[in-house]
Amino acid sequence: MLSDISALDLARLQFAFTVSAHIIFPAFTIGLASYLAVLNAMWLWTRDGAYLAVFEQWKTIFAVVFGMGVVSGVVMSYQFGTNWPVFADKVGPVLGPLIGYEVLTAFFLESGFLGIMLFGRKRVGEGLHMAATAIVAGGTLFSAFWILSVNSWMQTPQGYAVNAQGQYVPSDWLAIIFNPSFPYRFVHMVLAAYLTTAFVVGATGAWHLLKDNRNRGARIMFSMAMWMALIVTPIQLLAGDTQGLNTLQYQPAKIAAIEGHFETYPHGRAPLILVGMPDEATSTTNYALEIPLLGSLILTHSFDTPLIGLDAFPKQDRPPAAIIFWSFRLMVGVGVLMLILGLWSGLARLKGRLYDWPWLHRAAVVMGPAGFLAVLCGWITTEVGRQPFTVYGLLRTADSASALRADAVGSSLIAFVVIYFFVFGSGAFYALRLMSRTPEDRITIDEIGPTRTAGITPIAQTGA
Amino acid sequence: MVIDYAFIWAGLIAVAVLLYVLLDGFDLGIGILFPFLRDREERMLAMNTVAPVWDGNETWLVLGGGGLFAVFPLGYAIVMPALYPLIIAMLLGLIFRGVAFEFVHRTERMKFFWEVAFWGGSLVAAIAQGMALGTLVQGVTVAGRAYGGGNYDWATPFSLLTALALVVGYATLGATWLIMKTEGATLARARRMAKPLGFALLALIGAVSLATPLLRPEYLARWFGWPSGIYSAVVPLLLAGAAWMLWTGLRDGLTYRPFLATVAIFILSFVGLGISFYPHLIPPSVTIWEAAAPDASLAFLLVGAVVLVPMILAYTAYSYWVFRGKVQPGEGYH
Repeated sequence: MLSDISALDLARLQFAFTVSAHIIFPAFTIGLASYLAVLNAMWLWTRDGAYLAVFEQWKTIFAVVFGMGVVSGVVMSYQFGTNWPVFADKVGPVLGPLIGYEVLTAFFLESGFLGIMLFGRKRVGEGLHMAATAIVAGGTLFSAFWILSVNSWMQTPQGYAVNAQGQYVPSDWLAIIFNPSFPYRFVHMVLAAYLTTAFVVGATGAWHLLKDNRNRGARIMFSMAMWMALIVTPIQLLAGDTQGLNTLQYQPAKIAAIEGHFETYPHGRAPLILVGMPDEATSTTNYALEIPLLGSLILTHSFDTPLIGLDAFPKQDRPPAAIIFWSFRLMVGVGVLMLILGLWSGLARLKGRLYDWPWLHRAAVVMGPAGFLAVLCGWITTEVGRQPFTVYGLLRTADSASALRADAVGSSLIAFVVIYFFVFGSGAFYALRLMSRTPEDRITIDEIGPTRTAGITPIAQTGA
Repeated sequence: MVIDYAFIWAGLIAVAVLLYVLLDGFDLGIGILFPFLRDREERMLAMNTVAPVWDGNETWLVLGGGGLFAVFPLGYAIVMPALYPLIIAMLLGLIFRGVAFEFVHRTERMKFFWEVAFWGGSLVAAIAQGMALGTLVQGVTVAGRAYGGGNYDWATPFSLLTALALVVGYATLGATWLIMKTEGATLARARRMAKPLGFALLALIGAVSLATPLLRPEYLARWFGWPSGIYSAVVPLLLAGAAWMLWTGLRDGLTYRPFLATVAIFILSFVGLGISFYPHLIPPSVTIWEAAAPDASLAFLLVGAVVLVPMILAYTAYSYWVFRGKVQPGEGYH
């Protein structure tokens, strides 16, 4: 069965699977780390035990999810070499040091202070514990900075030269790190992580409000999350729009594929294709539902700027249009729903009914996983849109692997799939079960066992 | 003066790998020893002695992998395919081991399963790392700028021997770590386990040391030739000293000496491997200079490493200091 599929396809499938599974965890923990820092600061500032209870509940969830992020991330640091050895050899001199900086500035920082954040409040005191919590949050942002820089360089490479061995070597580090697409993509991803967390927290709060809308912890979670949804979602849509403009400038084929534009519009006036079925074989988007002129307005912010289509690129240089046409629409659709929920909550808050509208709370529960869906669709759009290159315009995906054996890659792929679904499925179940408790009732002796009963109450935790 | 960046980085990567082996070594060792602990309470206690630090310890492995990618991309590109099944097995083992730290406390019904996962994950990771070491020592076939060997070059009696040695070595680190971190019956059990483990470890180091020079003529010349033979004879002598410290530490019931002596045994074995390897990154054909990225890459990362690695060591030490001392049964970590 495996012999029908090429080793290259299996390697791509495996990498896509392991990296997609991984991004789910940082997308959540980047935002959650910052949220925990805010909650802990609120506790120290107000001395309101409700904040501490919410902090302690999400701290435990953070520990579960962060652990999964670590183990799936360690896999990634080796997948470059196991699956893409030629890529690793050729771009190692440019990208390796950036990943090195990620390890040195972010991973050690997070893991070094995580223990204190999780277990050390009593041992180091409130002040240093707050510092450790803030440092963990900072570490997650440093990590996002470097890995987005690495990925952005693969989209918009610059600041390099080619040596005698055919390796890409650095000529200007600032140009490499701050490559043209990096600032946009970094902002877009961090906001996405914050929104992902906000919608999970909001859904948890809403779930408890539906059962008891007087619960303090649930009110805190829901209110804070809905502020994020109201304020950050519009900013995110704006950030996405500017990233789109940037992509049009540097990767027009990706934009053309996203839009389903197989034809170039030399005088602008391109329509916006809302839905349709891009067909790469015939180079047409079938069953297209179009809004005239709007495509040009969104992409070029004008009516008559020429807009390039996929026909401007040889077929072997085009990204697969159908996949990213739809992944992009799914992402934007989810974003619009997030915006609507944010506005709805704003209306409820204006009327003083934030905790009293069950349909708002039900909608928030349904929207709990929205951030994950949007993040995955966004990454699929940008990564599949980079194809058929690993380094855009320079190194083809087909030339990035070597000496791969279909049986070895296939069997490890199966092992990854089975183990990831089992292990991370279990983890997701445990995380959901932790969320299903109210902050006040977050742990029972039954569940943690008799050996872990000391020091779980807020009073014992603070040493008061 | 010309700075030999590749040489400096070879040293730094070696230190990162050594730190990983030492730090995650006792974590993995505790996992390997899980079936030999008395009951669940004792197993949870043993796990709690490393719960606050295991994540930082594993980060040295990421630095080893990421650092290899950064400064020796050719080495990374050859080694990963050569060790493919071992790397995958190690990663999957570390997944089970890593999540078990949290998951075991999140369920009653599946608690036993995650305890088994903690043991199995630790054991598989240790075996895979030991076999990877053996595979590198026996030499990797290189064709052009890629791995040129077969699918099963890693499966040899020698790599099984190194795997056994590493498993026993990690278990010794784990047992002597427990001597430092526990009291009462657990401490007594850790002492009882450490003695046979220590003897077995020394016997296995001896077996690996005898087998290594026979694998390749270069190693034979390095260890028994003139004048390098004299130079490298110092290592076995120091090793004997460390073994004596381990023995006396266990015999006299000391708290710290057994662990520190085991650490010394690991460091000396590592130095011995370095003597065999040098100047190759991948024996027998790829030297550290051939595998290195251009100086512009090495210098750029070195600037950060010079500033950041001391800071990392400082706050890692701080974290160990915060969680210093004996761990009590029932100490509430979550």
